Amino acid sequence: MSFSATNFAQPRPVPVEVRSNEKPLSSDSFRFRGPPSFLGSPHSLRFNPIPPFKLAIPHSQRSNASAVTHIANGKMVKSSANLLITKEEGLELYEDMILGRYFEDMCAQMYYRGKMFGFVHLYNGQEAVSTGFIKLLKKEDTVVSTYRDHVHALSKGVSARAVMSELFGKATGCCRGQGGSMHMFSKEHNVIGGFAFIGEGIPVATGAAFPSKYRREVLKEAGADQVTLAFFGDGTCNNGQFYECLNMAALWKLPIIFVVENNLWAIGMSHLRATSDPEIWKKGPAFGMPGVHVDGMDVLKVREVAKEVIERARRGDGPTLVECETYRFRGHSLADPDELRDPAEKARYAARDPISALKKYLFENKLASEQELKSIDKKIDEVLDDAVEYSDESPLPRRSQLLENVFADPKGFGIGPDGKYRCEDPKFTQGTAHV
Amino acid sequence: MLRAIRNKSILPAFSAVRAFSSSAKEMTIREALNTALDEEMSADPKVFLMGEEVGEYQGAYKITKGLLDKYGPERVLDTPITEAGFTGIGVGAAYYGLKPVVEFMTFNFSMQAIDHIINSAAKSNYMSAGQISVPIVFRGPNGAAAGVGAQHSQCYAAWYAACPGLKVLSPYSSEDARGLLKAAIRDPDPVVFLENELLYGESFPVSAEVLDSSFCLPIGKAKIEREGKDVTITAFSKMVGYALKAAEILAKEGISAEIINLRSIRPLDRATINASVRKTNRLVTVEEGFPQHGVGAEIWFSSLHCLFSVQLVNSWKYTNLLHLLNSTSVIEESFGYLDAPVERIAGADVPMPYAANLERMAVPQVEDIVRAAKRACYRSVPMAATA
Repeated sequence: MSFSATNFAQPRPVPVEVRSNEKPLSSDSFRFRGPPSFLGSPHSLRFNPIPPFKLAIPHSQRSNASAVTHIANGKMVKSSANLLITKEEGLELYEDMILGRYFEDMCAQMYYRGKMFGFVHLYNGQEAVSTGFIKLLKKEDTVVSTYRDHVHALSKGVSARAVMSELFGKATGCCRGQGGSMHMFSKEHNVIGGFAFIGEGIPVATGAAFPSKYRREVLKEAGADQVTLAFFGDGTCNNGQFYECLNMAALWKLPIIFVVENNLWAIGMSHLRATSDPEIWKKGPAFGMPGVHVDGMDVLKVREVAKEVIERARRGDGPTLVECETYRFRGHSLADPDELRDPAEKARYAARDPISALKKYLFENKLASEQELKSIDKKIDEVLDDAVEYSDESPLPRRSQLLENVFADPKGFGIGPDGKYRCEDPKFTQGTAHV
Repeated sequence: MLRAIRNKSILPAFSAVRAFSSSAKEMTIREALNTALDEEMSADPKVFLMGEEVGEYQGAYKITKGLLDKYGPERVLDTPITEAGFTGIGVGAAYYGLKPVVEFMTFNFSMQAIDHIINSAAKSNYMSAGQISVPIVFRGPNGAAAGVGAQHSQCYAAWYAACPGLKVLSPYSSEDARGLLKAAIRDPDPVVFLENELLYGESFPVSAEVLDSSFCLPIGKAKIEREGKDVTITAFSKMVGYALKAAEILAKEGISAEIINLRSIRPLDRATINASVRKTNRLVTVEEGFPQHGVGAEIWFSSLHCLFSVQLVNSWKYTNLLHLLNSTSVIEESFGYLDAPVERIAGADVPMPYAANLERMAVPQVEDIVRAAKRACYRSVPMAATA
């Protein structure tokens, strides 16, 4: 299905500037080979092969979508003159992805050694999405995630030490050990979760986007243009809250980007078995916002899309739905035996490892040498060893921490037997007061 | 102090009754809530309303009448019918310092959004270790109305009050409504504000102090509506009115009842309840909701266990934690003071029926309260259910 003719109501001048000028990272993603590579499944699907970049614009927004449409045109043409990224950016992306990958591998190790416990959901394989999007954000922008949130927090700037200690359940964690793997919060870096229920983060993200608009329009703070990214998976796209928020975000033109990390599997439920129309990006226009599909194993493509949609949101043009086709190399969580996924599918995606792809790109375009990348690898190794050591040595939370932070206003614990507020008793947080 | 309850005169929604001067002005609950919202919105531009029909329809029960005209559509948001979605949006906005007041058309609809109320709002301050507080208010009518059937009549006080991280308030009079709603909006934590549809039109006298725009009631303090010495009756919301009527009837029979208007279900003002029980030695708890695991059960039980735990504190290793976690309440502190078993009046343990006579039987009535108080005073009255 070609996107060019059918989606646009008005004739559109063919963009002269060939924006998509980078060399494709992986030529595989362009060719149609046998069963469509989209969705990874060997079963044949009813739709045609998908070009690396698909865009759907809703009727009402055709005129606004100019910023985004021109990307849609086209095969990426190689031009050595204009690379997509500079060397610094390339190294930044590489370092971020390596940090994400090594961190998650370290989590697995620590889990099997008993230092981490409970639910741990790892992000291996999906780094391109996190790095591609989050590295374009400002510090004031917000990221909302699901339980698979370690790497989102890291990309946004939360230190590896803080995240690792949180996972170990120590008092030095980003949430003082009270949140855990699935509840990473950092007010400083505007990471507001970490939600265990799928779909729960989407309305909260929509709500986090709401104050930008409110501050601009009601409180008259010029320059309140913070953008929010909501990350969630393919399984969530069948949940009612997702649709409710697509509706309201488009209705109120909120500065939010809905990023679907479609890794084709919701624990053991294949996306194709769960969804009547598996093409999630098409659901955007139904609600009046553009829907974009992008190859989520390619960090540069993700970054291209991210630039456009973040700009669009920041300008006040409203939300976008971006579907990133990606894959998780490990199971749903460390407790998942991962028996239902076809090894051939896993191998196919392993060959499209985003880190290897970026490495290849950097070498081929002479943006970095082997040495530089190895030194980044080493640096990240050290960061992680330090994080583990720090977390090991950090203390467990004090007993009195149990009752803390239930309420922002501590009078929430009510009135004690002596008729005064319990929080006024100095023993309240020492674990000895009657509550 | 005896509070004179006027007869249920349904005033037209927004009569300019405040024209007359002197001591006791009258105000309906509807006016009280409306003025409280109005004042809080004008004092703090971060306060905004969202809910179904709060704007152009002037509020499903006209509570938000006039606010759209006054504050505009950016601050009074008519939402689509998406409780889960807009509640979550309210929570997300509250994370970033705005102060949403989310209206549920009835609290029965809050069940569609309960995940956000509990998991995103109530638990966030704890999960984030204090980084993110959620200054949000969820308000709406709660409990039975008249003939609205099972799905529109449940009382949610017990459910929400069970959850740490939430504050749950339930006003009775106009003074309560104004003071508690203002306190709720100013509070930095999530507050569930349970109103009652049948009370909206009732008017109560209010003093000049209540009418002041900075009037506020403390959260977590109950009010003794009527002092007495023979039996303590605790109630909240509409049941306070019934309890007061019951107190009148009991007074004629020589039983002096002390009526406690709980006002705050979480945190429960156990100190006031205990002090009262120690004075009267008898307790009747009244609520409209289902009996099992209800508010009455909490008041009743948490008293029960403390006496034992005080004695067994050394042998019960679990007790330290229990002391930390469980509040002292009637039996905890005052078991030795009770002269009779605690009587618990609650709604019938059935979904609310529709037929008028059945509905009357499913909700506590004044006679039930009188009967229970007499039982607590060991007058010979059988336990039989209402015929």
